[in-house]
Amino acid sequence: MVRIGVLGLQGDYLEHHQMLRRLNVETVDVRLPSHLEGVDGLIIPGGESTTIGALAERYGLMEPLRRIAEAGVPIWGTCAGMIFLARDVGRPQPTLGLMDIRVRRNAFGRQIDSFEADLEIPALARIGDPRPFHAVFIRAPLIEAAGPDVEVLARLEDGTIVAAQQGHLLATAFHPELTDDTRFHRYFLEIVRQASRR
Amino acid sequence: MMTGEVQRAYGTVTVKRGLAQMLKGGVIMDVTNAEQAQIAEEAGAVAVMALERVPADIRAHGGVARMADPEKILEIMEAVTIPVMAKCRIGHYMEAKILEALGVDFIDESEVLTPADEQYHINKWEFKVPFVCGARDLGEALRRIAEGAAMIRSKGEAGTGNVVEAVRHARAIMGAIRRIQGMGEEELVAYAKEIGAPYELVLETRRLGRLPVVLFAAGGIATPADAALMMWLGMDGVFVGSGIFKSENPYKRARAIVEAVTYWQEPEILAMVSRNLGEPMYGIDVRQLTEAQRLALRGW
Repeated sequence: MVRIGVLGLQGDYLEHHQMLRRLNVETVDVRLPSHLEGVDGLIIPGGESTTIGALAERYGLMEPLRRIAEAGVPIWGTCAGMIFLARDVGRPQPTLGLMDIRVRRNAFGRQIDSFEADLEIPALARIGDPRPFHAVFIRAPLIEAAGPDVEVLARLEDGTIVAAQQGHLLATAFHPELTDDTRFHRYFLEIVRQASRR
Repeated sequence: MMTGEVQRAYGTVTVKRGLAQMLKGGVIMDVTNAEQAQIAEEAGAVAVMALERVPADIRAHGGVARMADPEKILEIMEAVTIPVMAKCRIGHYMEAKILEALGVDFIDESEVLTPADEQYHINKWEFKVPFVCGARDLGEALRRIAEGAAMIRSKGEAGTGNVVEAVRHARAIMGAIRRIQGMGEEELVAYAKEIGAPYELVLETRRLGRLPVVLFAAGGIATPADAALMMWLGMDGVFVGSGIFKSENPYKRARAIVEAVTYWQEPEILAMVSRNLGEPMYGIDVRQLTEAQRLALRGW
């Protein structure tokens, strides 16, 4: 059985635990480096990326997180988690710099510009269900540019990139954990299963 | 590229309550200018509350306390990348409309300001911006949710540096949620009537085992230990008002409170972050306050 860590420094980490438990997956809270031991995958939740970054730096999580990524442990970041994974966020704040993406924070504006929309995500065919995904965007970031190793998974109607994958690293600007739809969590678990088989 | 028109829905219950969910496990700090806002962001605040005066000064100043000058709020919005909240008076629909027009991320319909309507709170459903409201018990919390609040906080007794009222309100709400878990449906109808809350929301709260929206602690939190205590009582996060910028070393205290909220289950870390913070804000014994001085008694 796989064990998924959820970074629990701040944000909606409980919602991710609940989704994973619905899928009968064992979950662990990750707040200190020692909590990373034995995890097969890690989710970085939504929240405030500046808060998550500051705490990860103060409590020595930056290097251990980069090490597990380099060792091939899949990591998925939602919203603030996507910002935290990015190589470039256009301003000085701590990020892991693992994904070759340039991210713009609060890209759609302020809270009154937060929205819900249905997205076409063809990659969900890999778990056998490519129907549109109802996505929740809250003060969301977007991906301005993606490197050659990055696969774009979803775009808004105007072409804006809102989900991407780079091998075992996954990023979404929206929050599947705020819906009842477990497909994105299943998609991530599929990446985890393939990685553990290697 | 994808083709076809995609419908975007704005201001929905999901996105309003969702922003509160993103603030969980975090600290929201009262600030009165751009410099304080940047200190708060640097220290790890998840949001700031833009004010003209912190509650301790509102208390000292007396008179009618109103919404802050929009210029002040805009100055703070421009200074930080984290969400900015602002307060309007209870029942002051137009102050709320002005705050929404300014683009603040959350409105606090707050008893810290002088109430504008002694009968009705704002109908918060018709706004796109989410609201947070104070509550002393489950009935008050569910009434505010029925009016459209996307987040609830304890009232506590703001501007006192005394956590006792926040504890009382958190215990009242959490205790009532535990009690309804054991009630039959026929008891729930009577209980809903008794606490003055809509039956459907009482039912939903029982099913969830928690409020249907995020619940923060507020009012009198001054130390990392206070913040950790509120987390232990089951709160999703904390507001710190006067406690930070009325203390001797705001940055250090702000940072310590942020860390205490994340690591409330680790007493060793709490001990470490509580060291050498300098003088906390000056506290007030709530029992010394007259009824007229008690902010928590405002709201209905």
